Amino acid sequence: MSVSTPDVVATEPRKSDLVANHNRRWAIGFAIAAVAVWLFYTFVLPHLGTTVNTGFRQWMPLNSINEALVWVICAVGLNIVVGYAGLLDLGFVAFWAIGGYTAGWFMSTFIQAIQNGFYFLSAAPPGQPGIHLNWWIVLVLAGCICAGAGILIGAPTLRLKSDYLALVTLGFGEIIPQIFLNAETFTNGAKGIAPLDNVSALPFGPATITVAGAKLAISKPLGPFDVTTKYVLFVIVASFCVFVSLRIREGRLGRAWLAIREDELAASMMGVPLMRTKLAAYAVGAFMGGLGGVVYAVHNNSVFPDRFNFAISIILLAMVVLGGMGNVWGVMIGALGIAWFNSTGLPQFGDSFNQQFGTEINFPSYNFLIFGAILVLMMLFRREGLFPETRTRQVLQEAERSDDEELDGGEA
Amino acid sequence: MTITAVEAADSRPVLLRREKIERWIGVALLIGLTAWLVWNFFASPTQFINVGLAGLRLGAIYALIALGYTLVYGIIELINFAHGDLFMLGSVFSSIVLLKWFNAGTGGAINWLLMGVTLVIVMAACAGLNVSAEYIAYRRLRRAPKLAPLITAVGISFIFQWFGLVLNGSAPKSWTKVIPDGGLQIGPVTIDWSTIVVIVVTLPLLLILSYIVQRTRQGKAMRATAQDQDAARLMGINVNRTISFTFALGGSMAGAAGLLYLETFGTTRYDAGFQLGLIAFTAAVLGGIGNLQGAVLGGFLIGLIQAFNDGLPYGFGQKWSQTVVFTILILLMVFKPEGILGKPSVEKV
Repeated sequence: MSVSTPDVVATEPRKSDLVANHNRRWAIGFAIAAVAVWLFYTFVLPHLGTTVNTGFRQWMPLNSINEALVWVICAVGLNIVVGYAGLLDLGFVAFWAIGGYTAGWFMSTFIQAIQNGFYFLSAAPPGQPGIHLNWWIVLVLAGCICAGAGILIGAPTLRLKSDYLALVTLGFGEIIPQIFLNAETFTNGAKGIAPLDNVSALPFGPATITVAGAKLAISKPLGPFDVTTKYVLFVIVASFCVFVSLRIREGRLGRAWLAIREDELAASMMGVPLMRTKLAAYAVGAFMGGLGGVVYAVHNNSVFPDRFNFAISIILLAMVVLGGMGNVWGVMIGALGIAWFNSTGLPQFGDSFNQQFGTEINFPSYNFLIFGAILVLMMLFRREGLFPETRTRQVLQEAERSDDEELDGGEA
Repeated sequence: MTITAVEAADSRPVLLRREKIERWIGVALLIGLTAWLVWNFFASPTQFINVGLAGLRLGAIYALIALGYTLVYGIIELINFAHGDLFMLGSVFSSIVLLKWFNAGTGGAINWLLMGVTLVIVMAACAGLNVSAEYIAYRRLRRAPKLAPLITAVGISFIFQWFGLVLNGSAPKSWTKVIPDGGLQIGPVTIDWSTIVVIVVTLPLLLILSYIVQRTRQGKAMRATAQDQDAARLMGINVNRTISFTFALGGSMAGAAGLLYLETFGTTRYDAGFQLGLIAFTAAVLGGIGNLQGAVLGGFLIGLIQAFNDGLPYGFGQKWSQTVVFTILILLMVFKPEGILGKPSVEKV
């Protein structure tokens, strides 16, 4: 991004246009990549012969891309809280869990009390007990429930200093999955809720339309293994999250968040309502966490409480930190990379390595080391992430006191 | 945002009312808690006392861990997330030194001696680890924005967990304990040998720590650094060494807690550190973070609360025990962040 010099101000685009251009380039890049992946897996890969197919199934199955998209959705949500507003949230998994269980309650036969079933635009087979909503509605519902939960959690905690805030959110991140584990009446305990309804691609129930005299059935339920269509759906949800966070960032609320992140006191002096702005960050972040929870539940076709552990919050944080706090595109790359690495890359690399050299090293057990090292090294050497915004870099590289004071160099 | 002096004076009673409401709720909670305890006591006195003793034992271990949090927070205002995992490494080290290398059995003078030697070794090892973590990571971030050292501590905690995973394996391991089962029988009440040992080891450690901080030159340097690093430096205090020393003290306490945990429960788990660490942190906050006596008090209180909740006939039961403790953490953080013994801090501008 070149900064316009004064004499060419009239011809150079304004700064906001430059930002928009910059975003457009990334957006187009990701859109092309998303479409290319879909085309490749739908039309090209089946014709490429067994060797290539096996290789792709091992190293880059579409399932792992789908899972990575779930992480993208949540990481973009966490980015709003941590990256934009500068509130360290170590319990983001709570929203993920709430979203997942919302899907479990409203998209399965779990609620047996409703014997004949409550159907609304659902593609599920009729006559089953439980609530069956269309999954698009469940998405919105889960998002709203999580936003409410985010406000509930946030409201009392935002009076706290930053490090205390981190611990309170951590406490919530521990409590909420434990409630889901222990309150067996409402959540089926450790057995979880499975299977969920098959989702349909469109936001209405099964229907037929007549095109040129032929009857076409549309909005059929997808099979649980229809990974390709799920990929398209997940991409849509992820792009929605990215779009929302980019647009909000440019607006009044987003600028207020950045102001709070950089100097809370100065922001409040400038008339930024601290509580409301911070709560908005929590609510929007939690909304996306809820979307991620539903998408994850649909991806796995089940909800289990033991999946929602502290490690998830930390991995999400590592994604945000690695990609560059505050930069949505960087966070997306961080999320895709780490999620793929965690679910597929590292185990596959381990298998190949062990086969090649006849060793018995358990590579996936190294992920603790790797994530820990990512966090520590990034904080020590590149606090602004791999793809930083200029603005973030300035904030994070700035020392709190002057350099002269820092020059004591270990000797007092 | 234009509040005149008159309006500002008018708005004071609103704040007071809120404080009053909070205080009444607090008092009501305490009365409820007492009533619940009394009720349980009369329902089954023996069980009550036995559970209380177990709570004290647990509380001593929490107190040792909480001291590490409070020491570090007191001096550089860092919540050392990795401390719980350091404690976990302490228990894993103890299992390796005492039971693999020394091959100690149950009871017998030699085994007790070996346990003493292990205590020293493990305390030294954990102190060394904590100091090196400070040296490698936190020291460089001392002037950075607050988010940075906090995230680094989370990273270090993951690295420690990996270390524990390598040493201990992914499944929990059971070990023979040096301390024999059973205990001192006083009427219907049994005081477990492990309870006695834990108290006997913990109390001198606490006294030594208190002596170091209150009476020695190094302790004075610690207190000075905690008050004002720059002024301390001007007075000729080696601030870096003092901070390292504080980390060493905290680490050694975590090591001792690790050995005692192993001897009490006989198991080691690589993921034990996170939750126990968070509970111990709750203890430190309950007592007032930065306050040594507070950490000990908080540790014993949380130990008792957890034991009562788990063991009493009218408790929530073991599966809710962590939820109860974390709820206390959240309530404390929100309504009384300064804890029982701490002074309310005023945010400096």
